[in-house]
Amino acid sequence: MINYAITILILPLLSFIVQIFIGKRLPRKGDWVSIGAVAITLCLSLSMFGVMLVKYDPDFSIDKSWIWFDTGSLTVKLGILIDNITILMLLVVSLVSSLVQIYSTSYMEGDPRYSRYFAFLSLFTFSMNGIILANNLLGIYMFWELVGLSSYLLIGFWFEKKSASDAAKKAFLVNRVGDIGMFIGIMLFFSATGSFLFKDIFLGVESSLFSTELLTIAGLCLFAGAIGKSAQFPLHVWLPDAMEGPTPVSALIHAATMVAAGVYFSFRLFPIFTPTALTVIAYVGGFTALFAAIIAVSQNDIKKVLAYSTVSQLGYMVLAIGVGAYTYGLFHLVTHAAFKAGLFLCSGSVIHAMHHAYHKIDDHKSDPQDMRNMGGIKDKMRVTYMTMLICTIALSGVPLTSGFLSKDAILAGTLSFTIHHPQHFLLVICGFGAAFLTAFYMFRLIFLTFFGNPANKEVYNNLHESPKTMTVPLITLTSLSFFIFFTLPNINPFSDYGWFTSLIKAKDSLVPGSLNLTSLEIAEGMHHSHSLAMILSILIALTGIGLAFLMYFKKNISPNKFASRIPMLYKLSLNKFFVDEIYQRYLINPSIVLSKYIAFVDWDLYDKYIVNGLAKITERFSRVVGIRWDYNLLDQKIVDGVGKSTDFIGSGLKYVQTGKVQNYLVWVLIGIIFIYVFQAIT
Amino acid sequence: MPTLSSYLIISAILFSLGLFGVITRRNGVAVLMSVELILNAANINFVAFARFGGMDFSGHVFSLFVIILAAAEAAVALAIILNIFNNLGTVNIDEANQLKQ
Repeated sequence: MINYAITILILPLLSFIVQIFIGKRLPRKGDWVSIGAVAITLCLSLSMFGVMLVKYDPDFSIDKSWIWFDTGSLTVKLGILIDNITILMLLVVSLVSSLVQIYSTSYMEGDPRYSRYFAFLSLFTFSMNGIILANNLLGIYMFWELVGLSSYLLIGFWFEKKSASDAAKKAFLVNRVGDIGMFIGIMLFFSATGSFLFKDIFLGVESSLFSTELLTIAGLCLFAGAIGKSAQFPLHVWLPDAMEGPTPVSALIHAATMVAAGVYFSFRLFPIFTPTALTVIAYVGGFTALFAAIIAVSQNDIKKVLAYSTVSQLGYMVLAIGVGAYTYGLFHLVTHAAFKAGLFLCSGSVIHAMHHAYHKIDDHKSDPQDMRNMGGIKDKMRVTYMTMLICTIALSGVPLTSGFLSKDAILAGTLSFTIHHPQHFLLVICGFGAAFLTAFYMFRLIFLTFFGNPANKEVYNNLHESPKTMTVPLITLTSLSFFIFFTLPNINPFSDYGWFTSLIKAKDSLVPGSLNLTSLEIAEGMHHSHSLAMILSILIALTGIGLAFLMYFKKNISPNKFASRIPMLYKLSLNKFFVDEIYQRYLINPSIVLSKYIAFVDWDLYDKYIVNGLAKITERFSRVVGIRWDYNLLDQKIVDGVGKSTDFIGSGLKYVQTGKVQNYLVWVLIGIIFIYVFQAIT
Repeated sequence: MPTLSSYLIISAILFSLGLFGVITRRNGVAVLMSVELILNAANINFVAFARFGGMDFSGHVFSLFVIILAAAEAAVALAIILNIFNNLGTVNIDEANQLKQ
């Protein structure tokens, strides 16, 4: 198992190295290298998954650590943790990665940086696998930054477009905000336990190394990392902009895997969250779910709708963690990964077709992503239409789909939490409200894109279904949206009971004296509220779909009139609640002004007066020293004086040196006589 | 009756003549001969001290050594002067100043 895991980790890295250095010179620009690597990864993950299913052991776990470095007082260990969750996540990542890479061979065909694109995808797969396999906070943090890097590189892949490079910078910077919190959290845990390993930290928490307040703060600091990466309010702003990257990248990184890393991370750390921290998490998640769903309703860009939908669904997962139904958060992560990646790839297929159609009629101005430019394209793109419809149904939470099971479980968890703590009734409203809006905006997307009359006949006539390399991944991901894959060996579309619930068991909170509900209590509560939640969620989903049907298919209700009834809310939704504008106005502009002031102080005051002044004083001083003392006195008088006096004495004495031996003898004689006389006197 | 001082006076006159010769003569051979005079002045001193002073035999022995040394010195010095003559065509020691130029 360990060998498998290490191979899974290393292969994409090797492929990255090969691609980035010699990718361009390989046949087909080397896409087969990274596809091959990720395919082997997928095979290994599948076999690990098979082993897991055969063993059927909920407590299966391999935890192996190596000493990274040892400075005597400080020993830092890194290692690999393999349990059922790891195996499941590895499968999700490698499956979506390989499908997206196959899809990309068509989508990115002819791109001038084709091999670099695949190199970046490999780098991403490597880093994501690293997060999943790490058994310690430090390892997660390192790979966390690496996925951030690959996300940055891929969002800004078409960096010639200013919007793309801006979006990449924004994603990187916004993520930094969360990551600083995460780093502080990691260091808080490290300073208390002296280890980065999960098991040591859990042990430390269990043995009351932390006060409850400190644990709350440390836990929330770690969660800040998850807020950034999983695009939760208030750090969600980067994800919609990240759609500037190529669509397959959006599917892989910004829908299925990387953004789920935050959820996965919170999931791993669930046992150390205090009740206060969990409440904050639940509110962040619930609010984000509703908030993003409201924005998604009024967006016209097909990818923006999906982006806000992703934010909203991630909010659901975070909500699930906050209310304690956290295994269902992971469940939703897995099901969502399949159908959201599917949706993004479908939208990519539509955009691809639209783009080519516009290209053919020489229209380079119209936006191929705007849903108002589409309409009625279901007859032209049957496969894309069918797969997108099924994925949409899954996302809306209609029975028979995987999305129904996971969303329903989260809603049941929220309901049971509220029954235990009635003061948190807002969470239920958020949960069900978001469910309603999800169904509505997803079907709005479907009706606007695939039904109705084509917005532009010429474009419509030039549309073509995408090639096999694109449709096969679509079909694969769509088929994974059916409930059956997640409930085996049971076949009951209304119950999530199956291999997932048997193999992935919730752990109790380790916080000492915690008021958190135990996993048993949560399961019990969910069991009781399950039927109610199910009926409510089906009703709500159907209402949402029905409303969308009436508005955008039958056109019985005019959306514009409806919007004018609630002008305030509509305006907020259309402008994304002005979050970007608020950040611009209250964070970015003030900091620019502040930096201008600081620059003024630095340049005009400090630099001009103090630095330059010091320089001037030094210059004056050295002039005095240099001319008066050094040159005039030392150089001219002393140094030259020594030379001159030597010269003078030498010129006098040189006449003694005649070169005649006899003259010297005379001097010797005079000397001797002098010595005798001297002796005689004394 | 000759005494020690009369020998010493003779020796001093001889030494002074030798010294005078060494300092004033331009001819290399003459300078050499003057050096011999100085050495012989020393010899007279040695022998006089051996006879009147307390030097006994060592005075004789010393003067014998000096004679041998003078012979050796004369041989080497004459060879040098011969070479100077061969090279310069003169034995004037003031002309042997090639190193100075």
